[in-house]
Amino acid sequence: MTALLAYTIFGLVTGGAYAVVAGGLVLTYSTSKVFNVGHGAIGMVMAFLYWELAENRGLPQWLALLLVVGVCAPLFGLVVERFVMRRLAGAPVGITLVAGVGLLVGLIGVAQVLWPPQARPVRPFLDQLGVHIGQSFVSGHDLVTLACAVLVAGGLYVLLNRTRTGLAMRACVDAPELAALYGTRPARLSALSWAIGSALAALGGILLTPVVQLDYVTMTLLVITAYTAALVGRLRSLPWTFAGALGLGLVQSYAVAYLPSSPFWISFRAAIPALLLFVVLLAMPQSPLRIGGVRGSRGVAVPNALTTGVGAGLFAGVVVALALLVDSVVAGQLALALVFGIVLLSMVLLTGYGGVVSLGQFTFVGVGAVTVARLGSPSPVTLLIGAGVAAVVGALIALTALRVSGLYLALATLGFAQLMDKLVLQSPIAFGVRGSLQVPRLVESASAQLLLAAAVFALVGVGVLAVRRGRLGRRMIAVKDSSAACATLGLNVRWIRVWVFSLSAAIAGLAGGLFAQLRETVAASDFQLFNNLPLLLFAVIAGVTSVSGALLGGVLLMLLPVLQSGFPAFAGVAVVLLGVAAAGLAREPNGLVGWGFRAWTWRRA
Amino acid sequence: MSTLRVEGVTVRFGEVTAVDDVSLTVEPGVTGLIGPNGAGKTTLFDVISGLRKPTAGRVLLGDEDITTRGPHQRSRLGVARTFQRLEVFGSLTVWENVVVALESRRRPAKLARELLERVGIAEFAGNQADTVPTGAARLLELARALATDPRLLLLDEPSSGLDRAETDEFGELLRQLSAEGRSVVLVEHDMDLVMGYCDHVHVLNLGRLLVSGTPDVVRAHDGVREAYLG
Repeated sequence: MTALLAYTIFGLVTGGAYAVVAGGLVLTYSTSKVFNVGHGAIGMVMAFLYWELAENRGLPQWLALLLVVGVCAPLFGLVVERFVMRRLAGAPVGITLVAGVGLLVGLIGVAQVLWPPQARPVRPFLDQLGVHIGQSFVSGHDLVTLACAVLVAGGLYVLLNRTRTGLAMRACVDAPELAALYGTRPARLSALSWAIGSALAALGGILLTPVVQLDYVTMTLLVITAYTAALVGRLRSLPWTFAGALGLGLVQSYAVAYLPSSPFWISFRAAIPALLLFVVLLAMPQSPLRIGGVRGSRGVAVPNALTTGVGAGLFAGVVVALALLVDSVVAGQLALALVFGIVLLSMVLLTGYGGVVSLGQFTFVGVGAVTVARLGSPSPVTLLIGAGVAAVVGALIALTALRVSGLYLALATLGFAQLMDKLVLQSPIAFGVRGSLQVPRLVESASAQLLLAAAVFALVGVGVLAVRRGRLGRRMIAVKDSSAACATLGLNVRWIRVWVFSLSAAIAGLAGGLFAQLRETVAASDFQLFNNLPLLLFAVIAGVTSVSGALLGGVLLMLLPVLQSGFPAFAGVAVVLLGVAAAGLAREPNGLVGWGFRAWTWRRA
Repeated sequence: MSTLRVEGVTVRFGEVTAVDDVSLTVEPGVTGLIGPNGAGKTTLFDVISGLRKPTAGRVLLGDEDITTRGPHQRSRLGVARTFQRLEVFGSLTVWENVVVALESRRRPAKLARELLERVGIAEFAGNQADTVPTGAARLLELARALATDPRLLLLDEPSSGLDRAETDEFGELLRQLSAEGRSVVLVEHDMDLVMGYCDHVHVLNLGRLLVSGTPDVVRAHDGVREAYLG
């Protein structure tokens, strides 16, 4: 009984901090319609900043807290809103998500440079205080956390329901243009909501440091927890979001208390937010078919069979020349770039053509890799089996997650990636928690690897273009533009989506097999949730609507760690570049190669 | 036998009743469905085509109760529609828009070209669909709906965006479609088109069925004038 009380209190305290983070997320989303995937990352960086001020520089705790939550975080939110997010108003979900992902990846990079990995203890607030409730002790920090949660809940309620600004904010959610006619300024409100949202992310992050420790990844992933809580309130209702957050805190706390402490169950605990995310999603009603207005997108022109052939020939020529010229290190790197390119081709199909944003694509790569590694045979057939297993997993995910669409779907795939990472890839049937697997190579030399990867890339690239020109391609684009019209034309929207998702997963799985035999040793850490984020980022920035974009994105992905090890300050530069690129996407959704294609057609015109 | 029977259909959005206990039948030929803005015409189309579940009531196609069927199943049973707010596939070309709906049939490419010619927009075949004029986009939706070879065709304000001459051509097309044995339901604000080409007219007002009858009966009805003017 005592234990139950103690764990309940602990759960409520954690849930209170989640509620602070989730409240910020809901406020920002509902006012600016940009879902900030980087919300947790803002909290992470601000928590590090708090450590810097309060622990490293020795400022009083209250002053450090005031500076971070009251000044730095809101300013940061303002800057992000002004220079990136405002340009993306009304952009498709994929683009706004990518901006958030860019922010997230950039912030992690900055944090790693400014605060290199080391233990950073943070003193809890009011640690000399505390009260006893029965046998349980509630620390001063816990009391502060609960007080903050209550204050934030009350503050947000008063702001939204009792002030003119709040009324205008709520009006902007439904019809920003109309609200503007009545004298509100959506841009200013959006800026305000980003300032408050960032402050709340910072506050939540700082409050949670004694629980989760200062860690780049764990704190960044708080966004999944916050998102799950926000989803309970359908990304709109603050009271339900708070209830969801408290519920999550309690479930996690009870899981620590009452689940066995074997390695599986420890992984399981970490997967609880993602698991609950799925439960909440499954409980949501099927999203209705949206009606109203023409939607179209301007992809780059789809090459005809002749152009495709010429392109493939050129590509083959260049690769063969490279295989003869470069040394084995470079050849290996190029092979890796092409393997990444194949993964990106799976996103060209799914995201570029099908309009479905997946944040879990690298997980299918992992499924393919595990399959090939477990089969352990140096036969090309294993690659196909890997692709097949990934396709089946993809179809299963699609059948559950495709009930929802757009943003909800993208975040469901993020949750799926987290689940697969914790429950499957780290389990003994796959890699094991810290384990790794040896994989026999299909071909030995680095230049042969390059040729193999190039051959698969070319085949898949030609295949993706053929799909786009054919029946399935037309159908998936029709579903993207108007699923309602598709349904009234007798097309089964759900099956088309499942097909596309599954086919895309198969391509990613194929790449996974190639990756595994290229690396020779693969581990669960190669395929964790985090690798998904740069993948989407580079896919979209390089150009997710074309095969050339996939190629460029693959090369960039390969170069990223190379450059980072060469120039430690690269992370800072990368952040700026990513910001610029993300903002540029609003003007050229076909990415970097889109500018190239534009110049080409302009020159010929 | 009636092509379509709507029995006691009610649709509520929260407190608002958009369609209130409407019962009507659609016979072969051209049927007008008119009423002031907000009368519930498009909502009724959504219910018939399966995009919206009614709060109460049944929809029967021929003898078959299709109330619980999804939109794609209804399409296969012969229901097709166009949209008041256009729903063309903007990223595809005009021709591809029609081909998509034909791909279970033989020789879809040729059929698609014929349909585009039939509605009179063959000149736009290669254009991306979100770039064509509104009138052409409406005709494209018609061609696409015809691609499913429907026996019940629901047209939601098809003539807006067409000029006088185009509207007359469109009226002739309606006659042809009805001569082929299809039942066409027309939601329309162009009263000349409705009165000139419809065999039967239903008038909705504030979600309720006000009157049904031949164009002459409807024109003479006092309530209709009040609904539009009052």
